[in-house]
Amino acid sequence: MSEQQKNDNLVEIRHLKEYFNVNVGFFKSRPLKAVDDVSFTIKRGETLGLVGESGCGKTTVGRTILNLYKPTSGEIIYDGKPIKSKSDIKGFRKKATMVFQDPYSSLNPRMTVSDIIAEPLDVHDMYKSKEERRERILELMGYVGLNSEHASRYAHEFSGGQRQRIGIARSLAINPEFIVCDEPVSALDVSIQAQVINMFDELQEKLGLTYLFIAHDLLVVRHISDRIAVMYLGKLVELADAKEIYDHPQHPYSKSLLSAVPVPDPKTARANKRIVLSGDIPSPLNAPSGCPFRTRCAYATAKCAEAMPELKEISSGHFAACNIL
Amino acid sequence: MENKPFSTQVCLDDFIPATDEEKEYMVSMRPSSTFFKDGIKRLKKNKIAVISFFIIVIITLAAIFAPMFWPYSYDQMLGVNPGQPVDNSFLNLAPFEYGQSEIARMEAGESVVPHIFGTDSQGRDYFIRVVYGTRISLAVGFFASIIVLLIGLAVGSVSGYAGGKVDLIIMRIVDIIYSLPDMLMVILLASVLKMVLDNALEGTVLSKIGSNILSLFIVFGLLYWVSMARLIRGQILSLKEQEYVLAARAAGAGGKWVIFKHLIPNCFSVIIISTALQIPSAIFTESYLSFLGLGVNAPMPSLGSLASDALNGLSSYPSRLVIPAVVISLIVLSLNLFGDGLRDAFDPKLNS
Ligand SMILES: Nc1ncnc2c1ncn2[C@@H]1O[C@H](COP(=O)(O)OP(=O)(O)O)[C@@H](O)[C@H]1O
Ligand code: SF4
Ligand SMILES: [Mg+2]
Repeated sequence: MSEQQKNDNLVEIRHLKEYFNVNVGFFKSRPLKAVDDVSFTIKRGETLGLVGESGCGKTTVGRTILNLYKPTSGEIIYDGKPIKSKSDIKGFRKKATMVFQDPYSSLNPRMTVSDIIAEPLDVHDMYKSKEERRERILELMGYVGLNSEHASRYAHEFSGGQRQRIGIARSLAINPEFIVCDEPVSALDVSIQAQVINMFDELQEKLGLTYLFIAHDLLVVRHISDRIAVMYLGKLVELADAKEIYDHPQHPYSKSLLSAVPVPDPKTARANKRIVLSGDIPSPLNAPSGCPFRTRCAYATAKCAEAMPELKEISSGHFAACNIL
Repeated sequence: MENKPFSTQVCLDDFIPATDEEKEYMVSMRPSSTFFKDGIKRLKKNKIAVISFFIIVIITLAAIFAPMFWPYSYDQMLGVNPGQPVDNSFLNLAPFEYGQSEIARMEAGESVVPHIFGTDSQGRDYFIRVVYGTRISLAVGFFASIIVLLIGLAVGSVSGYAGGKVDLIIMRIVDIIYSLPDMLMVILLASVLKMVLDNALEGTVLSKIGSNILSLFIVFGLLYWVSMARLIRGQILSLKEQEYVLAARAAGAGGKWVIFKHLIPNCFSVIIISTALQIPSAIFTESYLSFLGLGVNAPMPSLGSLASDALNGLSSYPSRLVIPAVVISLIVLSLNLFGDGLRDAFDPKLNS
């Protein structure tokens, strides 16, 4: 592998597992497999969309990549270097950050907007004078369309969309290369979602960012993603180019997810019959053996109960984990 | 476009895009207000809390400044003058009565500061003794609460933030201390410490303050931090799940940063409120310990020891019991009411 090729992949995760110990009854705990053997890569400058029902482990993937949770096992490789030791993580924190889902709980109610935005700068001591700090804050606020009048206010004075902009400005403070966006628009009004997504797009272009963009519905990630990964119950079930997954979803779960996406054109809408899944998503505490989707899959066979099907490349760049493919 | 009356047709004029000025008007915000300012505003609206606050301020100021211009001191026996026979007319004066020598001076045209609460059985001005007692009680309440606050804050925030085994062990210790019968422990500790400290302190500056007061502080430090620690731990446990804490950690912040920048500022209101509510309970404890003779060293008075002394002459001089009792009640009641007001103003959630 040449040096150039190697650095094309900004983020690479290999067999990432994150098990939480949860207490069941007195003194008994069992591992909850929130993320179970997930591998993917994100290329420099690209946006990887990560979708799946709520509770399937998307947030955990994002947080584990950033080492906010210590991975149970597996490797996180950033820019060709594995992130393991404390000093790796320390350096990594200056390059990768996160935008959070909840615009309310992600901003400290006792801090002013300028202190919130400057927090990463303060932590890393990234300025020489008060003046420099102030200028940097105003620059960051400009990026996300806040005006300087807002700097001395408190978060509770803003709407959800504005709060999310504050959170985005904070994540930009360290001049990151890679941002995990954890459902950054799902708490916002639909009318504002598009604005914020467009802003992510513009910022990516302007600042050369790489995103892992998490969302629970496909519609949101459709425009912004280059590739899309679909998760179900802690496992990656399909990964392909955004257009490919829209036009030719292969995994039965992705198919049902896509059939639920409203289509603007009534003709295609009628042609795509909606696939309604029966039953609920099982608890990750007692996930089914073999393919996690088999309890709800119309094509399930006895073989599906035996082992988790491997993620296979079924056409160029299109991966899916299913026995019938 | 004209719209017919009673027509359900939509008026298209309503859908003209807003001009820039209109937009500007929509985005202008109300003047910035901090959480603290809002809380003060709410507190000011609460009449009971405001009145209580003024009562506390007046009592505190009186306790601090009255001894400066009051001509009698708390341990001065007015009937005893060196080189003269003891003047018994100063003993057990009722309010606004005077001793013989004072009456003589008044007849000679001098003005004499009245004994507004009378004198006690040793001829000491009772007003100044009550003022000193209040001073002691307030000081004990204040400092004991600070001790409780510091210990509780340190233990509670470490326990809550660290979680896991550390939290488990600390909380079991807290449970054990919590389950001790506290009155009994206070009395036992106070009487044991009194003996130990008496010897240790001899000749030092601290002996002037009295071993009893010091042992009182130690008792408070040892026993009463537990509920504060529990409270703060609970707050921190829920606060540390907030995403802004995660955001700080994602930015590379360590435990110290998170605790001081995020967790403590966000349980600040709880801290202030419970400290305010701790003061009256400390005053109360000091009073009953003094009443039992485990309080301040004589001749230094405290409100509790004044009440205790008054028991001897209760039938003849009831005012000597009533006055310190009323002062204690007034202090404790207004502090409690003010603390409640603080809670309502700063942390409506807590009111359950
Ligand atoms: N800190 C934690 N401790 C225990 N279980 C957790 C924790 N965080 C998440 N989980 C569990 O892991 C699973 C995946 O959660 P999450 O990653 O938040 O899903 P998503 O973001 O896709 O909605 C859920 O079942 C959740 O209950
Ligand atoms: S592996 Fe079996 S159960 Fe799983 S999605 Fe494919 S067909 Fe369905
Ligand atoms: Mg989530």
